[in-house]
Amino acid sequence: MAKPRVCVLRAPGTNCDVETAFAFESCGGTPESVHLFRLLEQPQRLQEFQILCVPGGFSYGDDIGAGVVFASQLRAHLFDALNEFLQADKLVLGICNGFQTLLKAGVLPDGQVSWQRQQSAPAQSTLTWNENGKYTARWVRLKVQSPQNVFLRGIDEIDLPIAHAEGRLVTHDSGLLSRWQSAGQAALTYTEWLADGSQLAPTWATNPNGSLGDLAGLSDASGRVLGLMPHPERYLFATQHPQWTRRGLRGAGAGLKIFQNAVNYFS
Amino acid sequence: MLWAVEIHPASGEVDREGERVVLSARELGAATVTAVVASRLFLLEGELTEAQVSAAAAKLLVDPVAEQADIRPVLAEPSSPSAPDGVTIYVLFKPGVTDNTAESTRKTLLDLEFPVTAVATARAYRFPATTSAADVQRVTDKLLFNQAIERVMRDALRLRTLDVGHSYEFELKTVPLRAKSDGELVTYSETGTLHLSLAEMQTVQRYFVDLQRDPTDIELETIAQTWSEHCSHKTLKGRIRYRDEQGERHFENMLKETVFAATQTIRQTLGTDDWCVSVFQDNAGVVKFTDDYHACFKVETHNHPSAIEPYGGANTGLGGVIRDPLGTGLGAKPVCNSDVFCFAPPDTPFDALPKGVLHPKAVAQGVVAGVRDYGNRMGIPTVNGAVFFDERYLGNPLVYCGTAALLPVDRVEKQVAAGDYIVSVGGRTGLDGIHGATFSSIQLDDESETESAGAVQIGNAVAEKKMMDVILQARDRGLYRAITDCGAGGFSSAVGEMGEYSGAEVWLEKCPLKYPGLSYTEIWISEAQERMVLAVPPENWKEFEQICAAEGVEATVIGQFTDTQQLVLKYGSQQVGEVAMAFLHDGRPPVIREANYQPPEAAPFSGAPQSRYDDVLSAILASPNVCSKHWIIRQYDHEVQAGSVVKPLVGAGCDGPSDAAVVRPLLTSSRGLVLSNGMNPRYGDFDPYWMAASAIDEAVRNAVAVGADPSRIAILDNFCWGNTDRPETLGSLVRAALGCHDIAIAYGLPFISGKDSLNNEFAVKNAQGEVTSRVAIPPSLLISAMGQMEHVEQAVTMDLKRPENMIYLVGATHPEMGGSHFNLVTGATGGTVPQVKTALAPQIFKALHQAISQGLVSSCHDLSEGGLAVAAAEMAFAGGYGMELDLPLMMEATGLDIPEVLLFSESNTRFLVEVAPEQTRSFEALWQDLPCLPLGEVTAHDRLKVFGTDGNTLIDSSIRDLKAAWQGTLDWQ
Repeated sequence: MAKPRVCVLRAPGTNCDVETAFAFESCGGTPESVHLFRLLEQPQRLQEFQILCVPGGFSYGDDIGAGVVFASQLRAHLFDALNEFLQADKLVLGICNGFQTLLKAGVLPDGQVSWQRQQSAPAQSTLTWNENGKYTARWVRLKVQSPQNVFLRGIDEIDLPIAHAEGRLVTHDSGLLSRWQSAGQAALTYTEWLADGSQLAPTWATNPNGSLGDLAGLSDASGRVLGLMPHPERYLFATQHPQWTRRGLRGAGAGLKIFQNAVNYFS
Repeated sequence: MLWAVEIHPASGEVDREGERVVLSARELGAATVTAVVASRLFLLEGELTEAQVSAAAAKLLVDPVAEQADIRPVLAEPSSPSAPDGVTIYVLFKPGVTDNTAESTRKTLLDLEFPVTAVATARAYRFPATTSAADVQRVTDKLLFNQAIERVMRDALRLRTLDVGHSYEFELKTVPLRAKSDGELVTYSETGTLHLSLAEMQTVQRYFVDLQRDPTDIELETIAQTWSEHCSHKTLKGRIRYRDEQGERHFENMLKETVFAATQTIRQTLGTDDWCVSVFQDNAGVVKFTDDYHACFKVETHNHPSAIEPYGGANTGLGGVIRDPLGTGLGAKPVCNSDVFCFAPPDTPFDALPKGVLHPKAVAQGVVAGVRDYGNRMGIPTVNGAVFFDERYLGNPLVYCGTAALLPVDRVEKQVAAGDYIVSVGGRTGLDGIHGATFSSIQLDDESETESAGAVQIGNAVAEKKMMDVILQARDRGLYRAITDCGAGGFSSAVGEMGEYSGAEVWLEKCPLKYPGLSYTEIWISEAQERMVLAVPPENWKEFEQICAAEGVEATVIGQFTDTQQLVLKYGSQQVGEVAMAFLHDGRPPVIREANYQPPEAAPFSGAPQSRYDDVLSAILASPNVCSKHWIIRQYDHEVQAGSVVKPLVGAGCDGPSDAAVVRPLLTSSRGLVLSNGMNPRYGDFDPYWMAASAIDEAVRNAVAVGADPSRIAILDNFCWGNTDRPETLGSLVRAALGCHDIAIAYGLPFISGKDSLNNEFAVKNAQGEVTSRVAIPPSLLISAMGQMEHVEQAVTMDLKRPENMIYLVGATHPEMGGSHFNLVTGATGGTVPQVKTALAPQIFKALHQAISQGLVSSCHDLSEGGLAVAAAEMAFAGGYGMELDLPLMMEATGLDIPEVLLFSESNTRFLVEVAPEQTRSFEALWQDLPCLPLGEVTAHDRLKVFGTDGNTLIDSSIRDLKAAWQGTLDWQ
């Protein structure tokens, strides 16, 4: 197949769409920044794309809760369009606010399965306020737990930045985490920052928000849907790493790999 | 029917807001407040059944996992008495205050086909019966609500409706100005909140006598807004007679002859290499950046609103400065923000607060939250800043917000044409912010909090983001001829400025309103946020309107530019005002102001030598100006737009203090933009001239330390001063402006824009309402720098990189302890304030930049507050390595043998530079006759050691302890 078309879906208040589209483009995709209102006018336009990406930001100001209004729009008006998209051999990526939106809409945790279920059953998991009660911007190190997820292929560990207030994954279902783990859905966990040989290292907590099972991201069981709180589109250049001047990093950033994997899936 | 949906955390979830109140109540001394249960509420009005409200709660309002809710009707007169087991305090916005969550909720519920007519949000706090009534009252007043924007209800919500607004009957108001005596003119100016002087009122009176009619209220308001200090900067752009110890000097236009003049001199010297594009004429300064884009920069203050409502004040302060570059040329895209705050010490006792003054910690928390919520939502990274503490900022905090932006090179010029539509884009107009321009030009007192509530607003960042998105699309399609932001003075200033050379006719009844009931004058001067005004040729209007509508942004034609040189205001078929543009912009009478500066008596430095300086070093690191600002920085998104190169916190623990921020604003270019700042109000007490010089030097030092090219640094001035009607206050400001002029020329740094905020004083009153004292802020000149670098991979950070690397001190050290942090923490006094050596400094910057560009520098940090010792400590604990320094070479070079001077003098233009052993020869070759001393080396151990003349230990501290001291002071939750 030729270059996959990527729908970078932005709502009012989305603010990471430009760099996210740039990331896909750098990897050989053909991104288009599509305003939600256009999709509401013509829901079937979604089927023109191979990849759907909901980027970061503050959709609708996160006024009622992170991603809540955006999610309600998807559920109320785009059920059929998303249902068809999820059935096809296509990819869905939600970053930060996009992850919050996908989880609250029901595209995650189970892709097409939860998308169909959301009409009848309430959600079992949510993303809510960080344990420290604050918006927090810093870097984290992630361990890939779902290597079969298309976006995460060939990545073992990766450093990425987070910038969110509501990134703590919560559930009341005590068996949910282990079910996710056995189904390969516990996609990414926060892990310890690499020491650099000096006397001091970051004193921050490995898990920045108190998320269940140190989870930073979720995959559906098919491995074609990924939602994650950290921002891979903010590590496209080595100079974005917080320690690039210490580690002698130059050139491309490791975050690019996630977008490259998505584009490669269609080549 | 009015319903309340009250939401609590689900069981197992923490009640953070309740915990916050308990913690803060403890700091307040409200000992009986041991438990508080907090909740948030949505109030829904409409023909709704309980089942519908439940469905709305489940579908939208309540998180099914993390929250639980209960639903009940709200009545105007609830029959059931309050719950017997305690007190509940409800906090609601006052009617008409921006409530973004409520508005989003209303729209979404309508979209989901719930028949709501109005929505409001509220908070509730339940205190158990064991809480004393006095403590409930105290906590309510100090912690739970701000009466500028909110109201409280006890035990139950008592509300009939959420409706705001009322019907408006047009009535033209004429003011019988011609018949007024001088005394009556003065009285009218004050009671009508025009805040014009007698001479100005007399000029207005003469204008209307000549026209043989009395003015309407809207005409007077238009003149007052345009002539306000905030809009016209009449003090600093006016005539001033200045006297100091060197004699007398007369200015026709003080700023033009100092700050602007420096830029003109520099541009002439540069000739064809001039890289300035637009200075001091548009809403932001513009300089060349790449072949395709220019860079713009503007820093504004929002001090008075932030004193009264810190969250809203800072929120709208940042929102306002973002609109400045967006209104520069035909619209520049913001790429990063900066913020600098000045507060009173956060440990100020509550009982030391004058009436009407918010506690500085509450001010700091509100201001930081306001900047955070606006900048983060806009998707503009906040990358650089500073915080200063001084008792004199009590009642008058300073909030500086800045925005840098990129402007396509073919979108610099703007020019309205007669016939162009006057188009308002973005938010609607309401009563919010009426009289902001005149309010920000007067002094605050304890009544300001209640009187000026209309001038305080809360921003809506998403509304501004949406507006920015459509404006940039319309810009790229070339659909409009001019643009400016609606800031202070609202439409009055925006249209008045844009139509200055043509003329304009405005149809006020066309302006979209938030709610009915505004008079034509209120519409005209409202400072409602998130609005821009554009000149759209009629043939482009349809396409322009479509672009806006496609993303849900309202655009409205509210008038037309003309060629009459008159400003004509209409409401329906009625003409309500007509003023000549020439009178509006050039009619203000000149005033000659007196300015005196008398240097304070010099006093010798009183410090006495000590055997060890570990404790002094720790104390300076822990002092609030120097200490870590991670509490603030970590709440700001500094990475959005994917351009971050040098972050505010760097090093082994990602927690050392960067000198400046480097961003790559274009994803397709490696060229870097560098943002830094310099400020030191403490030096102003000694000499504002050298304070200005030091602020400029510091801003440049910071930028050069990370890799900025010193020949491509543009700077901005922001003067925040006390009441300049006092000759000595104005004198200190002129003195600082003279410093700006001389140092800018010597360093070749063009000022490209600036702003001033005067009358930053607070009148303390006694019980009888008499003014007992006035607290004026210290002279506060912020210099913000925007530098450039060829390739971002040349950037350098300040953390030590490798053991055995050499440490050099570049720049000359002098005995300059005046205003130093050594004096601040030890109680020592006197000494001379740091000066700059204008011949030497540019050579040092140039040599250092060569070294950095050639890759010879492993780390670099500027010396500022706390001098050599503090810079060394910060580099060490940021890098996670130790450092050993020997002072004898420095003693030899300076002729000084006083260890505290060598360690803590704050002489300008100095850096500590780490160089790998294999690079030392190349590095040293760059310095020739310039001051550069090898002081020591990086060590693998974890101690900072400094040795004196005979090898005696002056400092031997663990970098862990030093870092803990530095991080502990503002480690707020």
